Amino acid sequence: MDDAAKIAVDVRDVYKRYGDVTVLHQISLAIYDNEFFTLLGPSGCGKTTLLRMIAGFEDVSQGGIYLFGDEIKALPPHKRPVNTVFQNYALFPHMTVLENVGFGLEMKGRSRAEAAKRAGEMLELVQLSKFAKRKPAQLSGGQQQRVALARALAPSPKVLLLDEPLSALDLKLRKAMQIELKHIQRETGITFIFVTHDQEEALTMSDRIAVMSAGELQQLGAPRDIYEYPRNMFVANFIGDTNLFEVSVNKITNGRAQCHIGGGQELTTDAVDGVAVGSKVNLSVRPERMILSHQSSDGESLKGTVTENIFIGTDITTLVDLDGGPKITIRTSNTERGNKRLIEPGNPAFVTMEAGAARLLAD
Amino acid sequence: MAGGAVSGGSAASDTYAEARQWLLVPSWLVLGIFVLAPVCVMVIYSFLTKEFRGGVIWDPTLAAYDQFFFDRGLFGDGDPKLQWTYISIFWRSIWQAGLATILSLLIGFPTAYYIATRPSSTRTLWVFLITIPYWVNLLIRTVSMKFLLRDEGPLNGFLMNVGLINDPLHIINTNLAVQLGLFYSYLPFMVLPIYAAVERYNFTLSEAAADLYATKWTTLRRILLPAVKPGVIAGCILVFVPSLGAFLAPDLLGGAKNFMIGSLIEEQFKGNAGNWPFGAAASMILLSMVMIILLILSSQRRRAGVDQ
Repeated sequence: MDDAAKIAVDVRDVYKRYGDVTVLHQISLAIYDNEFFTLLGPSGCGKTTLLRMIAGFEDVSQGGIYLFGDEIKALPPHKRPVNTVFQNYALFPHMTVLENVGFGLEMKGRSRAEAAKRAGEMLELVQLSKFAKRKPAQLSGGQQQRVALARALAPSPKVLLLDEPLSALDLKLRKAMQIELKHIQRETGITFIFVTHDQEEALTMSDRIAVMSAGELQQLGAPRDIYEYPRNMFVANFIGDTNLFEVSVNKITNGRAQCHIGGGQELTTDAVDGVAVGSKVNLSVRPERMILSHQSSDGESLKGTVTENIFIGTDITTLVDLDGGPKITIRTSNTERGNKRLIEPGNPAFVTMEAGAARLLAD
Repeated sequence: MAGGAVSGGSAASDTYAEARQWLLVPSWLVLGIFVLAPVCVMVIYSFLTKEFRGGVIWDPTLAAYDQFFFDRGLFGDGDPKLQWTYISIFWRSIWQAGLATILSLLIGFPTAYYIATRPSSTRTLWVFLITIPYWVNLLIRTVSMKFLLRDEGPLNGFLMNVGLINDPLHIINTNLAVQLGLFYSYLPFMVLPIYAAVERYNFTLSEAAADLYATKWTTLRRILLPAVKPGVIAGCILVFVPSLGAFLAPDLLGGAKNFMIGSLIEEQFKGNAGNWPFGAAASMILLSMVMIILLILSSQRRRAGVDQ
């Protein structure tokens, strides 16, 4: 995102309280125009509540929500130029597919004929023209999902809100829809705000991701940043697989921290703010960022014993018991080169981390 | 599954198919003995000749139906003229029942909606409150209504005491009193089916409509009402049909001038005015009317049938 990018939705210091319970705690986010933005978090983290506040279904307890600069928190849902794709689609059961898609346009004051024409175009976009005359109940889940998408896109909203729209689909269809959604987003140029608990889905589709937990924003950034540089334990744990273990920091020189992991073994990695010498901190290493070998190299490798190799198709997961340290998992790709590196259980192994792979977590 | 993704079709498995066919036997027996057989008797009686002071003579005739629609003079040998006495009783009944239905709908729908949107823990209590009047017999409720409404009754007493009126309102023995009685008797029959329908309604649909720029009123009209229409139709049938044939309320609250079909029929089968074939014929005419109305409404319901 360049600096000149327009802000589509600006969430400023928003709180949501139900009685004594605070479900959203001081959330501030700027979502840019034309962006595919994802709110990611486990169920109950407040992501859907935040989305519903933008849509207008929930009141804002404190703070403000701005849509292209205009405060919208006092507007009822039908006056907000945003549309929603609901989790269970919420298609009107007594209307045909075409009537469903045309509904928003009709409500905006277009004539029935005009609404039907535009609805027809939207159905073409989601490849459902053949089903225009059907009732929603006569469609499969995937088709209903696309109708819901067409219905929400038809009135050309300034922002499209998607509330876990793919969660009811089976895996194959979900993967196909992820790509289709991304394409439609690029094609229409509409800002998408997508809510999901599926980190892989978030990584696949998003330009930027806001990771949420327990009503608080944990980290905001591009998928790669969030995956490679998790800011805290929660993010490291929630996004992808990782090895998390406690280390103690021996010394910090030139921005590099030397850490003791137990059994006299040490490793050096980038220091981060908030980590002091002598403190015990958590360290995260992605399993695919470590290399197994039979011999030690550069004195930077850690020594351990292989306990198990697990074949999972694309990769082989190796469990290694580090001498005097934690048990870790290492993922080696199922390729000729990778397979050569594998070590039989019971044998000693040396583990080397790729540069920047080990990441200290401040909190 | 939510979101209207139900594919319909048979819900039960074949495992118990054989046992299932016996489930209706008891109700067929009851219906056969207590509904079908009496209706057959009534059909036959309506075509027989009357015996004075009750009973019938086995002599087939159309006299009962003729008497209902035509006036043939004092000695029964004049030219047939359409006579309005009984037709107007029917008309008043339809009108009263229709009005009771509309009033019940106007009051019952918001009530049902309110109950259905309460937290599920308190809904049971509300439904319970709605059914409390039914613990008391209809006759007793109607008599107490008569007591309340009469000229010297508490209602008039109250209104005169606060100075709203100087002379008592003559409510008893008017169409209004009958209307109040009918409406009060059958209101819960309107509330309960609508409540059941609204409770099943997926309120995300209303959110979706609001999201698509529909105002509250439009959402009610275009989304909620079509979805709960089967419940509304059921409620209308449950109020209209018994109101049409009611005889307690018209009898006790309406007096002689505000006769309805129910009282007319009742009168034919008791006391000295008894004319069994005429009562049977009037019953048949009432039955046919109800059937026609039900057919119209059920075709409506089929059109409203959402999922298929």
